[in-house]
Amino acid sequence: MSDTAAPLPSLAERVRAIDAGATAVGVHFLKSTPVFVLGEEALLLAGDKAHCVAVHAGGILCSVSDGARIVTGGDDGRLIETDADGEHRELAADEKRRWIDQVALAPDGAAAWSAGKTAHVLTRKGEERTFEAPSTVAGLAFAPKGLRLAIAHYNGVTLWFPNAPGTAPQKLEWKGSHLAVSFSPDGRFLVTAMQEPTLHGWRLADGQHMRMSGYSARVRSLSWSAGGDFLATSGSEQLILWPFDGKTGPMGRQPKMLARGEARVAVVACHPRQPVAAIGTADGQVLLVRLDDGALIEVRAADGAAVSALGWDANGQTLAFGTESGAAGVLVF
Amino acid sequence: MTAPATPGKIPVTVLTGYLGAGKTTLLNRILSEPHGKKYAVIVNEFGEIGIDNELVVNADEEVFEMNNGCICCTVRGDLVRIIDGLMRRKGRFDAIIVETTGLADPAPVAQTFFVDEQVGTKTKLDAVVTVADAKWLKDRLKDAPEAKNQIAFADVILLNKTDLVAPEDLRELEAHIRGLNPYARLHRTERARVALDEVLGRNAFDLDRILDLEPAFLEADEHDHDHDYDHGDDADHHHGGGLKHYHDEEMQSVSLKTDRPLDPDKFFPWVQDLVAVEGPNILRCKGILSFKDDPERFVFQGVHMILDGDHQRPWGADEERSSRIIFIGRNLPEEKMREGFESCIA
Repeated sequence: MSDTAAPLPSLAERVRAIDAGATAVGVHFLKSTPVFVLGEEALLLAGDKAHCVAVHAGGILCSVSDGARIVTGGDDGRLIETDADGEHRELAADEKRRWIDQVALAPDGAAAWSAGKTAHVLTRKGEERTFEAPSTVAGLAFAPKGLRLAIAHYNGVTLWFPNAPGTAPQKLEWKGSHLAVSFSPDGRFLVTAMQEPTLHGWRLADGQHMRMSGYSARVRSLSWSAGGDFLATSGSEQLILWPFDGKTGPMGRQPKMLARGEARVAVVACHPRQPVAAIGTADGQVLLVRLDDGALIEVRAADGAAVSALGWDANGQTLAFGTESGAAGVLVF
Repeated sequence: MTAPATPGKIPVTVLTGYLGAGKTTLLNRILSEPHGKKYAVIVNEFGEIGIDNELVVNADEEVFEMNNGCICCTVRGDLVRIIDGLMRRKGRFDAIIVETTGLADPAPVAQTFFVDEQVGTKTKLDAVVTVADAKWLKDRLKDAPEAKNQIAFADVILLNKTDLVAPEDLRELEAHIRGLNPYARLHRTERARVALDEVLGRNAFDLDRILDLEPAFLEADEHDHDHDYDHGDDADHHHGGGLKHYHDEEMQSVSLKTDRPLDPDKFFPWVQDLVAVEGPNILRCKGILSFKDDPERFVFQGVHMILDGDHQRPWGADEERSSRIIFIGRNLPEEKMREGFESCIA
């Protein structure tokens, strides 16, 4: 994957290999335990004694974690909360058992999910509120402060204030299908990944548009660097980092491009504290990339199966990854 | 540790047809026959399937325009999402069937497989199968542009409910269909009864399977044995055999052919310009090309403005090296297209 002929320094020998037995579609940490979200039915709690917990009757479509619990949505129409002991309970269910496509957690503990065009919020007090989007909800994200939910859909994003029923939702319009959505950690910017291989952004103070393009494929993974200076993205044969420091974000600026390789970057996960990103490629390689100078360390060699899950624990002491073929690994620093 | 994935692409069959034509009957037939295969089925909200199937997903048919400067480039946003979700359970089914609503345009469905990289990596479009109601098709072709679209776009057409129509009306109807789409496989059916390998596993969008571009009714086909009356000896006629007398005012096919090698530096700009201008009117196109000083056959296909092509294989020693392209579309400027094509001769 490197530009240079010399072999990359590698940490592969220090990886604890795990046979997940199925595609990992996400990975989170509950306290210090890496938990792999499998494509079907189960979570794999990969602590000292790895064990699976069946939580859905079917495919698992989305997952999110706040470090204390993992909330998953399934094609069984159920929203499930699981804790570090594997104890789980149903938070909500779609009455027509439609797929639960999206899920998000708010800083105050509220949960949001969507089925079809309907977005729901379950507040910390247990009140449920709903919002009908103009088309199927394709992405959900809570703002870093206050209870404000970004709902991505066709032709834009709606900002909804579930605790302020009298406040009209704010519409951010841009033609096209908006999928993943994310606030910058300082809450000043909102970015969506679109059906086209491009990102769209808004500066929330004045609605100023930002277009970020040049990808070879649809962007499916977004991650903010520690401190929020960069937005790291998949979708290209290198790690693309858009600068979000300064007043105008990436407007009129070039992205930083690191770790150029043969295979497309499939997943990105920024270190929570250091200017370092982990990337997983479509051919199975996992790399650590130092954002200052682009220095690379290999964590996993390519084997052909795309990396499908990648994540750090809250302190940045442990990295976990999983692939489409069911291979997984944990690296403790 | 698990072996590296060697992903075989999951085939996707698209079932279209005007309201009441028999799509759901065909779907139930596919699901209930003892073929040992498992299907994931994507149905529209109003669809009713009578078979218990774990993997049935309701779709909303959300057609999204792409921001690539082409108004005809649309995708089915719900399909992108549903196929992504279904792939989490990919060990559970062998193929996917998408049933569209009666009013649906097949193009956004087909284009989804070319435009979305993720969908195109995991799945492949197998064929567009259109079910038509023999009793009502003639009327629908007059008053419902959707019905005409579905016939013109199809790879396989089931002319269903033939028991409700007199033989001479049926022949006329088939000629109408041939006027719109001379290239689809046509089957007469009652209660959508057809051998399943005639509708599934067709590889109609597989570049490697583009073997020749002769109109389908010229092939010996037991289902079509009674067609001789309407094309006679006109096999070399450029307009899809002898069905010219059923020429549709609006929708037609244009077939271009030359035995002289083409110049790729002229051909590609020409065809790209053609689909850029006529893309909204071109439903489907396919071509087999012989380029000057190129030992390999080049094949391509397209839906509206989207073209997909590649070298296929070396020309055989005793194979006639000719280039042929077919277009199916609306109000196509045939003379201009013919002149343009001939200007690409090396």
